[in-house]
Amino acid sequence: MVPSSYYLVLSAVLFGLGVVAFMFKRNIITIFMSIELMLNAVNLAFVTFSRHLGNLNGQVFVFFVIVVAAAEAAVGLAIIILIAKHRQSLNVERVDLLKL
Amino acid sequence: MSDFFNQPSVWIVSIIKVVVLMALMMTALAYLSWFERKVVAHIQSRWGPYRVGPHGLLQPLADGLKFLFKEDPTPGGVDKLIYFLAPFLAMALALCSIAMIPFGPSPWLQIANVNIGLLVLFAITSLGVYGVALGGWASNSKYPLLGGLRSSAQMVSYELSMTMSVVGVVLMAGTFNLREIIMQQQGYWLGVIPRWNLLAPPFPQVLGFFVYFVSAIAETNRVPFDLPEAETELVAGFHTEYASFKFAMFFMAEYANMITVSCLATLLFFGGWLSPFSAGGMMVWTLYIPTAVLAACAVLLFIDGLRYSTRFGRIVLPILALALAGLAAVCALPGVLAFVQGPFWFLLKVFLFLFFYVWLRGTLPRFRYDQLMSFGWKLLLPLSIANVILTSWMVLVNSK
Amino acid sequence: MSAQVIVFFILAAVAVLGAVSLIVQRHPIRSALSLIVVMVALAGLYLLQGSELVAAVQIIVYAGAIMVLFVFVIMLLNAGEEERTNVSRMARYVGLPLGFFLMLQLAWWVGRGTKGMATAASSSPAMTRNLSKLLFTDFLLPFELTSILILVAILGAVVLAKREN
Repeated sequence: MVPSSYYLVLSAVLFGLGVVAFMFKRNIITIFMSIELMLNAVNLAFVTFSRHLGNLNGQVFVFFVIVVAAAEAAVGLAIIILIAKHRQSLNVERVDLLKL
Repeated sequence: MSDFFNQPSVWIVSIIKVVVLMALMMTALAYLSWFERKVVAHIQSRWGPYRVGPHGLLQPLADGLKFLFKEDPTPGGVDKLIYFLAPFLAMALALCSIAMIPFGPSPWLQIANVNIGLLVLFAITSLGVYGVALGGWASNSKYPLLGGLRSSAQMVSYELSMTMSVVGVVLMAGTFNLREIIMQQQGYWLGVIPRWNLLAPPFPQVLGFFVYFVSAIAETNRVPFDLPEAETELVAGFHTEYASFKFAMFFMAEYANMITVSCLATLLFFGGWLSPFSAGGMMVWTLYIPTAVLAACAVLLFIDGLRYSTRFGRIVLPILALALAGLAAVCALPGVLAFVQGPFWFLLKVFLFLFFYVWLRGTLPRFRYDQLMSFGWKLLLPLSIANVILTSWMVLVNSK
Repeated sequence: MSAQVIVFFILAAVAVLGAVSLIVQRHPIRSALSLIVVMVALAGLYLLQGSELVAAVQIIVYAGAIMVLFVFVIMLLNAGEEERTNVSRMARYVGLPLGFFLMLQLAWWVGRGTKGMATAASSSPAMTRNLSKLLFTDFLLPFELTSILILVAILGAVVLAKREN
């Protein structure tokens, strides 16, 4: 058996990498993807704790996280398409006005 | 999971099964292309391949060699990694999904009996879209890009109704395990009509089957939904820039997907390996149907072979016929008799589905893109949801 | 070291490499592919923990639907390589070290805090069934709420994407 702490450390590392990607990337789509990476890292922690505590609630939460991520992707990508249409660029530096 | 890691025998048996199935699949894929060309040709009053070997039987071999030796140019400015990755991805995922399919009641006839086999199958097929989409994108050319875009939109939309359409079956079986889903369909109604999910109470899955099969055709990018590779508009769609063996891999992936989808249709709606006849009482003779069918094929092939126009054909075809006759005789042996029933019926049903696929290709014109989308979203998806609601209602009523 | 631990380390390495590649790659489609690799590796880790259903859903929904949407949008917008601007140079020299510092901190404290945690027994085979039961009984209200959330998201996406007349 793999100790639970291994999974949790991996989850923390992935979350940290997600944060780094979020700050470092300049492309809106990639920034959005780094949010997904962070959500994935959290899911790993949920599943690990669920197994560790012998309680399935954690895994139910993973489903909710995935559903929220799906909804977020649908709306977020629609916004990104609009921004790309209006600004001709996907660089976040160019998106500095509070209107389209 | 744990016994998988600890027992070497499990590993070895699995590897043997994988190797055998791979060899069989590759042969089946090659001859499926021959079969398709032949059937479409006859539908269109042509002969189809007939030069290479008797009845063109060596054509797949010749095609394979041609693919291997053809020049393989890489278009300029492509993303090399993704350009090479795409066909491999398509092919590997298409072949992976076969591992879940049980070809008969014996555990030897299935590679992996997974608890949630159906979900795993859908998981693998849902990744299949990347091969097409990335192939289209990485080619760095207009037509492939359009083909890739179309295909990813099409596959994502139809995957939805495909997944919804099998929910009815899952509700009735109460399990995701493919083997158990088949076992659930055992038995006969009034002693004759098989209790397959297509016909069985509490709610016959006719609607589910219709939606499943139509969306499966769209998932595999076949006529009439072959917009991603519509020749008249997009040259060859996502694989325009691919040549040689990479093209062959896309080609084989399409055929492998066709086989998987047909296997799944058989499993979920047509009772898998179960025979349509109950073998009890005076119906024992039905156990000899495999022998009879094979023997009839052998006789026909023998007569045809003796009259074949080339000398090579006059030698090879009767030999093939004799081999078939031998197989028929083996199938009648008492020890083998019970074993062949499952695979025979399973493969026969799958074969009928594949024939249906080819038949469609020979008859139907292609959809327009907007028709395709509105058909998927406005007809198939509501139908599949209605099927889920009706089935769950009937299951609930029945369980009380 | 048991076989499971070896499998864990392989999958973990794949996941971390994928995440690093997400940062390093400059073309969005390559970043998307890296993220898909991370997700598949995570699905493998869920399987290793015996959560078959979560693993299947992870691949079907995350890798098979959400990421396809990302790839689709990248293809649709024909997004090119990322530009580097002055601010992103600051991000490279200040933000990046700080981010990695945060990551190491997180990993270190989580590792320290959970070091004594005993390994739990593997899950029962009927877990898929229990999980579904839980989802449709105890969590029925949140479940229905997510369906409303999805509906709202669909409407929002349609309104946003609609052509202005």
